[in-house]
Amino acid sequence: MEVTAGWYMSLAALLFIIGAGGMLIRRNALMMFMSIELMLNSVNLTFVAAGKELGSLDGQLAVFFVLVVAAAEVVVGLAIIVSVFQHRSSASADELSDLRG
Amino acid sequence: MTDFIWLVLALPAAGAVFLHFFGKRLGEPAAGWVASLLVSAAFVYAVLAAVPFFQGTAHPESVVLWSWMPAIGAEFAIRWDPLSSLMTLVVTGVGALIHFYAIGYMHGDPRFSRFFTYMNLFATGMLTLVLADNFAMLFLGWEAVGLCSYLLISFWFTKPSAAAAGKKAFIVNRIGDFGFMIALMIILTQFGTLSFDVLDDPHLGLTTGLATAVGLLMLVGAAGKSAQIPLYVWLPDAMEGPTPVSALIHAATMVTAGVYLVARNAAIYEMAPIAATTVATVGALTALWAATIAIAQKDIKAVLAYSTVSQLGYMFIGVGSTAYVAGMFHFMTHAFFKALLFLGAGSVIHAMSDEQNMDKMGGLAKHMPVTATTMGIATLAIAGVPPLAGFWSKDEILGSAFNQGGWMVVLWGIGLLTAGITAFYMTRQFVMVFLGKPRWDDGIHPHESPKTMTVPLMALAALTVGGGFLNTPFRTGLERYLEPSFETVEGAIGMAHPAEGSTAWILAGVAVLAGLLGIYLAYRLYAGPEERRERVLQRFARPIFTWENAYWVDRFYGKTIVLPGKAVAGWAAFKFDLGFIDGIVNGVAGVVKRFGATVRPLQTGFVRNYGVMLAAGSVGLLIWFLSRGGL
Amino acid sequence: MVELVLFVILGAVAIFGALSVVFAKNPVYGAMGLMMTLFSLAVFYVMHLAHLVAAVQIIVYAGAVMTLFLFVIMLIGVDRDEDTSEKLPMQRQLVAGLGLVVVLIAGVAVVGGRFDWVRPATSTIEVNGTVQEAGLALFTDWILPFEATSLLLIIAAAGAIALAYYGPRRRDREDA
Repeated sequence: MEVTAGWYMSLAALLFIIGAGGMLIRRNALMMFMSIELMLNSVNLTFVAAGKELGSLDGQLAVFFVLVVAAAEVVVGLAIIVSVFQHRSSASADELSDLRG
Repeated sequence: MTDFIWLVLALPAAGAVFLHFFGKRLGEPAAGWVASLLVSAAFVYAVLAAVPFFQGTAHPESVVLWSWMPAIGAEFAIRWDPLSSLMTLVVTGVGALIHFYAIGYMHGDPRFSRFFTYMNLFATGMLTLVLADNFAMLFLGWEAVGLCSYLLISFWFTKPSAAAAGKKAFIVNRIGDFGFMIALMIILTQFGTLSFDVLDDPHLGLTTGLATAVGLLMLVGAAGKSAQIPLYVWLPDAMEGPTPVSALIHAATMVTAGVYLVARNAAIYEMAPIAATTVATVGALTALWAATIAIAQKDIKAVLAYSTVSQLGYMFIGVGSTAYVAGMFHFMTHAFFKALLFLGAGSVIHAMSDEQNMDKMGGLAKHMPVTATTMGIATLAIAGVPPLAGFWSKDEILGSAFNQGGWMVVLWGIGLLTAGITAFYMTRQFVMVFLGKPRWDDGIHPHESPKTMTVPLMALAALTVGGGFLNTPFRTGLERYLEPSFETVEGAIGMAHPAEGSTAWILAGVAVLAGLLGIYLAYRLYAGPEERRERVLQRFARPIFTWENAYWVDRFYGKTIVLPGKAVAGWAAFKFDLGFIDGIVNGVAGVVKRFGATVRPLQTGFVRNYGVMLAAGSVGLLIWFLSRGGL
Repeated sequence: MVELVLFVILGAVAIFGALSVVFAKNPVYGAMGLMMTLFSLAVFYVMHLAHLVAAVQIIVYAGAVMTLFLFVIMLIGVDRDEDTSEKLPMQRQLVAGLGLVVVLIAGVAVVGGRFDWVRPATSTIEVNGTVQEAGLALFTDWILPFEATSLLLIIAAAGAIALAYYGPRRRDREDA
């Protein structure tokens, strides 16, 4: 049985759904962040798999850029979490509900 | 010289701006001197620029300063012709004298510099009015002087009566301005331009009907500004302002704007005899009406105020009977002697510690020789005693009215009667103030006024004596001077002295006799024995009571116009506005508020709720795209 | 055959790691689970001849980023079991429902067979993502996005410092 690109795509989709669910279920801002990383990685996997299937290097380069942007996002996001924590002594996203209507 | 004619406008304007910002720092009396000298400088320049007209070598000129509203023919342009130059000379000349006088009169006022700011602003506005080269600019000046009039009448706004008087003047003027504005709109819609071309080119398509409508509407405006029936009621109240203001704005210059308007639009009134006759009729009725009221007034300034209304009526007779030169001539002489009368009255009020009731004066001639002498000259002038200024101009107006024949002869009769009454009440005033025994309140020590006040009095007295010789039947100087301005108006020139030979002499003689009769009666009555005066006044108690209360016109207007107006305003404010307008606003706000309250729970503040919504939206889109793709 | 075995084993590891991110009570375990997933993906990249990407995945992601995560976990002191009970009404049910819908759609698409994952390759050239190949592409065709990302990183670094800085300056302002 040959492992085709579709298998990898299915795995990526599953990881994506798990990541999305984690983002919506976890209350800890850090864990929400990790779930986002999970989603980004699942997309990376599709890029690489599709790149191989299409015989193009561009898929891998897209992964490269996603990685850089993810790194920047993590840096700023974690800084925000630290900053919020200094003021609130909590990393729970549910506590940050001041904008309730 | 006309290249820099804008200086005439710019100098007082600069003064107003300068004094507005630095007047307080300059303080008293420097601020007054700055204002006075700037107006004087404008006067000097105007004289220099008017020299070619004296020589008869120049033609009317338009100086475009900058483009303003070219689409409707309204440039910011100055028209420098004999008519506007005459107005400019009087406004700046008499204005400068009154400015100097005010330095003394306003001494010690806490808002001294602000007073001169307004005065300079007024001079700017009045010069804009008379120098305007189109109706838009004329209207600009027209409104500017109205504003200054309001500001200066209620200058002592802490007095409720002064504040009310200013308001009354402004509102009554608005009624007149309304008519003027409609006239301007008619001109704009009919000719597509607000430039004076309409006047300069008689063949532009001005029909008699159109001219009549415009002329009558302009008369409404002129009646408001120049205090004619039925809009004269604001002027007597305007005496609440400082006396120099009464002299400058409410006697010499601003109130003559209506006369100027009619003269400037001579071409229109020439096309519309009905409108012109209406002007003259309104003038004659106003002259008589106000003169009778003046007989019974006790306030020294009220007499002069009604006298002004009456004299403005004369000017209207003049310009209404196409004797424009005579009307303008009377404007000029009236500016001299009425300014003199007001300044003299101010001097008296000053000396009497702000007492204005003539019943509490008397015998002041001994204590104030300069004031008494100059005011005496002015009284004789307004009474029409030759050879003083008032005689010549009044004689011209009456003569030209008589010569028109028909209805105008009736107006001549009214004018003649008014002349007698004028002489009567002016003599009455002079006697009550300056002659007889003192009837002062205790603790008043009259004294002659300071030099800054008496020198302008003497200057004006000199003008009152000599001003009439500018235009006598023997030497028609003013008429030749004004000729270029009325070139296009048929019959305007040569109208001043229509009566020839013996008719002229008889007319003049009758007028002089009427004046002398008035003087004699008043002198006999008021300087004579007390019992006789009591007896005579008793016999005429009823008309005197009517005149003293000015025919109860104020009460009549209050009942018929002010009360209903207030009722409508009250309904609009408390019923319509609060109920309907606010109802709409509150209704819209209420709908938005209720909608907001309904959808508000969606905004939970929990970022994960938003996440679920986002995810649901994404899934929805996924389904949408897949279904379109044929899944 | 080798690929199938590797796929099954590493796929299971990746899913296990992902699930532990979602369900681990202690954030540190969550982070470890995420690292397992990242390593599994790195192996998949190698299998796809994406050498540079795999190396960067290990070094940058599993190394730097995860270290940063763990550092922040320790810094703000959440390295202990937390309360995982849900307080928002219907949150978990909604998430589960949405997940099921997506899986259902995917299942229908796969079973229905009308869903091409990717079109078949038109060329038979094997893509080999060596450092040389990838570097050549990055510094020629992709030079502009590459420079843009460098700018982005600098801005992110500066922004992070500005956000997390808690020196005397800010304290003064708060006292005032």
